[in-house]
Amino acid sequence: MTTVNEQIAIDHGLKKDEFKKICDLMKRTPNLTELGIFSAMWNEHCSYKSSRKHLKNLHTQGKRVIQGPGENAGVIDVDDEDAIVFKIESHNHPSFIEPYQGAATGVGGIMRDVFTMGARPIANLNSIHFGSTQHKKTKNLLRGVVKGIGGYGNCIGVPTIGGQTCFDESYNGNILVNAMTLGLVNKKKIFYSKAAGIGKPVIYVGSKTGRDGIHGASMASAVFDDKIEEKKPTVQVGDPFTEKLLLEACLELMADDSIISIQDMGAAGLTSSSIEMASKGKLGIELDLSKVPCREEKMTPYEIMLSESQERMLIVLENGKEENAKKIFDKWDLDFAVIGKTTNSKKIELYFDSKKVADIPIDFLAEDAPEYDRKWKKTKLPQKIRFKKENFKSLKINNCLIKLLSNPNICEKKWIWNQYDHTVMGDTIQKPGGDAGVVRIHGTEKAVAASVDSSATYCFAHPLTGGKQVVCESWRNLISVGAEPIAITNCLNFGNPEKEKNMGEFVECVQGISEACKYLDFPVVSGNVSFYNETKDKGIKPTPSIGGVGLLKNYKNMLTMELKNEGDVILVIGKTEGHLDQSVFARNVLNEKKGPPPEINLFNEKNNGSTVMKLIKEKLILSCRDVSLGGILIAIAKMCIKGKKGVKLNKLKSLINKFEFFFSEDQGRYIIEVSKKNLKKVENILKENSVHFDNLGEVQKDNYINIDDDKISVDELSKHNKNWLMEYMA
Amino acid sequence: MKSAVIIFPGSNCDRDMDVALKKFGFKNEMVWHDDEQLPKSDLIVLPGGFSYGDYLRCGSIAGKSKIIKSVIDFAKKGGLVLGICNGFQILTETGLLPGVLQQNKNIEFICKNVFVKVNNKNNKYFNSIDKDVLELHIAHNEGNYFCSGDELKMLEDNNLIAVSYCNEKGEVNENSNPNGALQNIAGIFNKEKNILGMMPHPERMIDKFLSGEDGSIFFKNLLNNLK
Repeated sequence: MTTVNEQIAIDHGLKKDEFKKICDLMKRTPNLTELGIFSAMWNEHCSYKSSRKHLKNLHTQGKRVIQGPGENAGVIDVDDEDAIVFKIESHNHPSFIEPYQGAATGVGGIMRDVFTMGARPIANLNSIHFGSTQHKKTKNLLRGVVKGIGGYGNCIGVPTIGGQTCFDESYNGNILVNAMTLGLVNKKKIFYSKAAGIGKPVIYVGSKTGRDGIHGASMASAVFDDKIEEKKPTVQVGDPFTEKLLLEACLELMADDSIISIQDMGAAGLTSSSIEMASKGKLGIELDLSKVPCREEKMTPYEIMLSESQERMLIVLENGKEENAKKIFDKWDLDFAVIGKTTNSKKIELYFDSKKVADIPIDFLAEDAPEYDRKWKKTKLPQKIRFKKENFKSLKINNCLIKLLSNPNICEKKWIWNQYDHTVMGDTIQKPGGDAGVVRIHGTEKAVAASVDSSATYCFAHPLTGGKQVVCESWRNLISVGAEPIAITNCLNFGNPEKEKNMGEFVECVQGISEACKYLDFPVVSGNVSFYNETKDKGIKPTPSIGGVGLLKNYKNMLTMELKNEGDVILVIGKTEGHLDQSVFARNVLNEKKGPPPEINLFNEKNNGSTVMKLIKEKLILSCRDVSLGGILIAIAKMCIKGKKGVKLNKLKSLINKFEFFFSEDQGRYIIEVSKKNLKKVENILKENSVHFDNLGEVQKDNYINIDDDKISVDELSKHNKNWLMEYMA
Repeated sequence: MKSAVIIFPGSNCDRDMDVALKKFGFKNEMVWHDDEQLPKSDLIVLPGGFSYGDYLRCGSIAGKSKIIKSVIDFAKKGGLVLGICNGFQILTETGLLPGVLQQNKNIEFICKNVFVKVNNKNNKYFNSIDKDVLELHIAHNEGNYFCSGDELKMLEDNNLIAVSYCNEKGEVNENSNPNGALQNIAGIFNKEKNILGMMPHPERMIDKFLSGEDGSIFFKNLLNNLK
């Protein structure tokens, strides 16, 4: 076996002083297998060494929270016996190298995190970010990622009900693929990863172990360079069929009480799963690696411990339950092997061919893993841009509207979600394309809504405001479909934490997220951090993706965004100040990329949202959409397109010009459709709650948006909105 | 009326089908692929999904599974066999129905609502359905039906093209063909019309909160025709 030295440790992604710390703790030089285990457990991906300090400040408590961060996924109470298990996770680096498999295994991994806890997955979502649409790699990456996400989720038979796609040149060398899964579990049958009891059998189930994905987690903890293509072999290969079998077999085994603890083998495979179980249970674990089912010949203990082959689980069983469990896995044609036992040594002890090949106290790997308080730099709030009259002089509303509706970040993404099975399981009541996807809780009157959001442009301009904004956007999206927002999961995608600027973006985004979560009582229950999204020194814009989940007590009260009836009144809830800086309009029409993002006023945000929820409860709202990218007019145009109706907009009574009014991205706003009969009632409720609103106009039968003397055909707008991505990908 | 849904490893519309059948009054039972015997039933359903992962040609392994012998016997005795999506693919693999389902013409998975025209109502599946055009839902990667010229002639001569992709008005043309299927074929019968294979999923259209309700018409009608 190779003798370990400092250089080998560095090749494993460890820093010099980290290697020294390992030798000091061990009081000897580790052997190669042990070094591999240390490198896997101490890398950024598994240890959260740069982020832990700041993640502690996240708001994670709430009356519906059953399980917050720290488990395979978060769990929230959705009344009766039901709980929802959910989490979002990144698979960025592998997806850039091999888009299909990278994205597919990202979906596979997050679904395992959810069913590991005893939940049947009921919905998938994703947030994907690509480089500029002009970049030569973008099309192929988009095609591959979409195929990969579909290929995996469609085969398992879990509907993909929503997501978000963004294009920005900062992702040219580092795309983002964040996958989210929601599962349904009986509150009394939740499974955790904490092992308990000594001498309990440790079981390996699922696929065989191969050499794929060795050092995947380490790869996710380093920046990319020119030789990235050479890393293709470290990308895992997904087998959704086996995962489907694993899902059914695990749920079957979970029906009785033979499982003490269960953990999926995700990043850092057998290493992190076994150590995490032992660490949480304050136990030791002993494994005989000769018993691990292997797909390839002559695999070494080092390879077996670091493989990231997919579709595998580690289970600690009650004594005497092995035979019954094996029967279930035999029925589903899956490997089943007793590979070790829990011990009281508080060490991980590995054997191979009857020889001891590793012996490390668990604490060294978990508790003693490095934690850094990295230096970071605050981002100043940029100065507001003063737009002049002549900026708007030659502009026509009509042209601006077309330009924005066919903007890659606003246009309809049907090309993407038509490739995802979004109706399997027969409970999808709001398909992709709305503010949030909604699935019924099978066999009940309840439904859950979910949405994924990010706004890297805002976060880049001012991370603190951006962090708050994403949480608020998620909260609004859930309210817009009639759900009560409950909790979020976050996937924090950032650049290199060793750079003060990037670290500062992380720290301030997290601070923003935390403030908003606390104020809105919208806690974080799970998530992950992806650093080192950087190629050749160019980092991505800070991109926290927020996955929000909400509850509808009666699915029949769900709202959709399409305009319903001629003659109804359209209101905008929340104040329109005309903030254009960082808006899609400013960036793409006025070509102004500077300035601060729109300000977040958490009081207004909460008050507006809660009041809209009141109106929904009283059944006074007929359709609803939150105002986000592109402002009021984009929101209205989309409501017209979906409802195949037109609107007549009132003359402006505002001090700002019509471009500022219609395209500004002020926050905390919703567009709602109200019947004339209920208008007075609605206005009174809004006034009672001190919510600002403006009456925008009326729904019309003819298919036009009428603004002053402009008459804009909705069919025409629809074409631009629907065709852009189709034509781009054709 | 009794029905049975076969579960292959990798089936994923088995539960949806079970829910739909029960909703409209069938007494449904689930049958595992490794069983040899079918329960006494009036209708056998091969559900959608990715049987055995469909890593080989879609439906080919399921077409050789243990239970399938009994399904073939049942069908040959005139029993009603309905194959949806992967079930249709399996039926062509067993030879109970002619032709094959190739990859969609655009080489992409397609999940969306479609309209189909009901071409033949002289059978247990569509007898006494009022509508000529149904709105159903497809979700497949391999739904592009193809068969030989002789087989097509046989299908046409005997009026065995059960449903064809069409537009809202019932016009069958290239624009209304989602996947490149020969003659817009969405589903076919065997000669005796006791076997129906089709790509669209009626079980996903069984209440107004889902993609639509035309699936309800299909199941209600089927139950009535079996009574």
